[in-house]
Amino acid sequence: MADKMETILKVENLKKYFPIKKGVFRTTAGKVHAVDGVSLSALRGETLGIVGETGCGKTTLGRTILHLYKPTEGEVYFEDRMISGMSQKELLPYRRNLQMIFQDPFESLNSRHTVGYILEEPFVIHRIEDKHQRRLRVKNLLDKVGLQKNSLDKFPHEFSGGQRQRIGIARAIALNPKMIVCDEPVSALDVSIQSQILNLLMDLQNDLGLTYIFISHDLTVVRHISDRIAVMYLGRIVEMAGADEIYSAPLHPYTKALISSIPVPSAEKSTGRIILHGNVPSSVNPPSGCYFHPRCPIAQDICREKYPEFKIYSSNESEHMAACHMAQ
Amino acid sequence: MNSVPDPILKVKNFSAGFLKDGIVYPAVDRISFDLKKGETLGIVGESGCGKSVTALSIMKLLPVPSGKYIGGGIFFMDKNILDMNPGEMRSIRGNRIAMIFQEPMTALNPVKKIGKQINEVFELHRRDLKRIEMEKETLSLLEKVGIPDPAQRMNEYPHQLSGGMRQRVMIAIALACKPDILLADEPTTALDVTIQAQILDLIKELQRESGMSVIFITHDLGVIAELCDNVVVMYAGRIAEKAPVAELFKKPMHPYTTGLLDSIPKFDYKRKTRLKSIDGMVPSITDYPEGCRFRNRCIYAFEPCSLKHPEEFEIEENHKVNCYKYGG
Repeated sequence: MADKMETILKVENLKKYFPIKKGVFRTTAGKVHAVDGVSLSALRGETLGIVGETGCGKTTLGRTILHLYKPTEGEVYFEDRMISGMSQKELLPYRRNLQMIFQDPFESLNSRHTVGYILEEPFVIHRIEDKHQRRLRVKNLLDKVGLQKNSLDKFPHEFSGGQRQRIGIARAIALNPKMIVCDEPVSALDVSIQSQILNLLMDLQNDLGLTYIFISHDLTVVRHISDRIAVMYLGRIVEMAGADEIYSAPLHPYTKALISSIPVPSAEKSTGRIILHGNVPSSVNPPSGCYFHPRCPIAQDICREKYPEFKIYSSNESEHMAACHMAQ
Repeated sequence: MNSVPDPILKVKNFSAGFLKDGIVYPAVDRISFDLKKGETLGIVGESGCGKSVTALSIMKLLPVPSGKYIGGGIFFMDKNILDMNPGEMRSIRGNRIAMIFQEPMTALNPVKKIGKQINEVFELHRRDLKRIEMEKETLSLLEKVGIPDPAQRMNEYPHQLSGGMRQRVMIAIALACKPDILLADEPTTALDVTIQAQILDLIKELQRESGMSVIFITHDLGVIAELCDNVVVMYAGRIAEKAPVAELFKKPMHPYTTGLLDSIPKFDYKRKTRLKSIDGMVPSITDYPEGCRFRNRCIYAFEPCSLKHPEEFEIEENHKVNCYKYGG
């Protein structure tokens, strides 16, 4: 971790709603509350993990931070400059510093371009150096992510999933970014390949001093790579703490259930599993009060009425925050 | 379990593969295993290792015309499934042996109501039932798999249900005729961890009630540890190791099994340390190496490995490994 704990990214009360259009006149019939008031900050050189189940808004959060989606409300500060509300042209120099690695290595690479072209494109867009120099840089990149030099003239379909993800990573680090949002970068890969990619991401972070926002539904993977973890449920962060602490002393009942439902590959059968009943409610009409109360094993009357405040409970390793009426 | 019951299903030296450009490439190659009554057998491996082909072959459902049954046999109640005619097969499929698939949305018919789809099983296999009795059975099945207000859900279409609910419907269909064997092909892979925990719990519960045998196919060693009695580890179409579940996690023998177990991040690992990984990638079906198929990625590989694929070697009773490191 960096010696100086300097905040590189600050997100304040970020909201992203998607309208649902209906009928001939495309009138707005409702809104999907994909991200519903998220505040967080990331320190330079750290990895902030974001976990949650399908539809909890973790991907939308990542994309809204990068302004791939325009936020409905709230602010994003990068190195103390507010980037929300900037025009596309003003944003361009920031895009160099904020990159993304996508989940599906089969869909995130243009199948009609060679790897050489895919990796050169960022330099072309940002008008960096001449053709010859760019070519050298691309070769350098391939080396960094552990691909062979002769990959340049090949097409994405000639590579396996793990190799394609390496190409995606090479593209993300091409412009020496300061921060990368990794959106489920290993979920589509086989187990034996997953650890190769995780190792690569950790090596690159050490070499280049990168800050990661690491989005995943896999709690074991997130714990391994992150310094701090935020747990999302239905568009909101319900708990945020140091990666070890959130696992050893979770406060929110959702985090507890999430951790206990991970099947552990070991000889001892796990005990004390908390099985949640029901499904994740729709984010079009979130429940009243605490969003988690219909599935919560310890819900009280107050949980049905009021959304709990997101507050600090302890600050040993890093701040341990949770939004639960019952937390102590 | 009672005293060493006769295996209900025996797979003997079985090979199957796919026809491509006039050559049949074996996707599973000379595999043998037994399934006892009431046992849960896990088959674990990465994509392309032949685990799904094994399941489809047991149901005799390989795609026509490209799928080929090459040799060996699959014996259900001492009759070879491969020799059965379509009529005989139809009386077994869905009746004595049932299957649940990975993606419940594609496995269910989108234009038929849930109740109707369950009814179909009765119409095929239990013609003696009256319409009213069928409906009653359907209702009790839906109730058994934990679907809230089954009477109303019966009249809904698959798209109106969530992923977990759809998987429950799939299970209801599979259990309709109280099968002897349930084949579950990655039934929880598409689901969130909290929903996965619900479904695994349900399968365990139903098995305890009915005493059926289950073959559970997955790539997730955690799920295997949770659910299975015995495990078969597959790699590139061949069996690498067979063992009781506790044995496998305590004393993994095959270098592939140990590599796989080591590469999964675990909660007791120190965070942000490099993970062990298996170098290289799974060979493609068209160019499996001579000899042991794992040898190019194996750190213990020596001369014999390149000559012939190792035969099964018994280390202890029930614990068998295909690796020259131990003999064979």
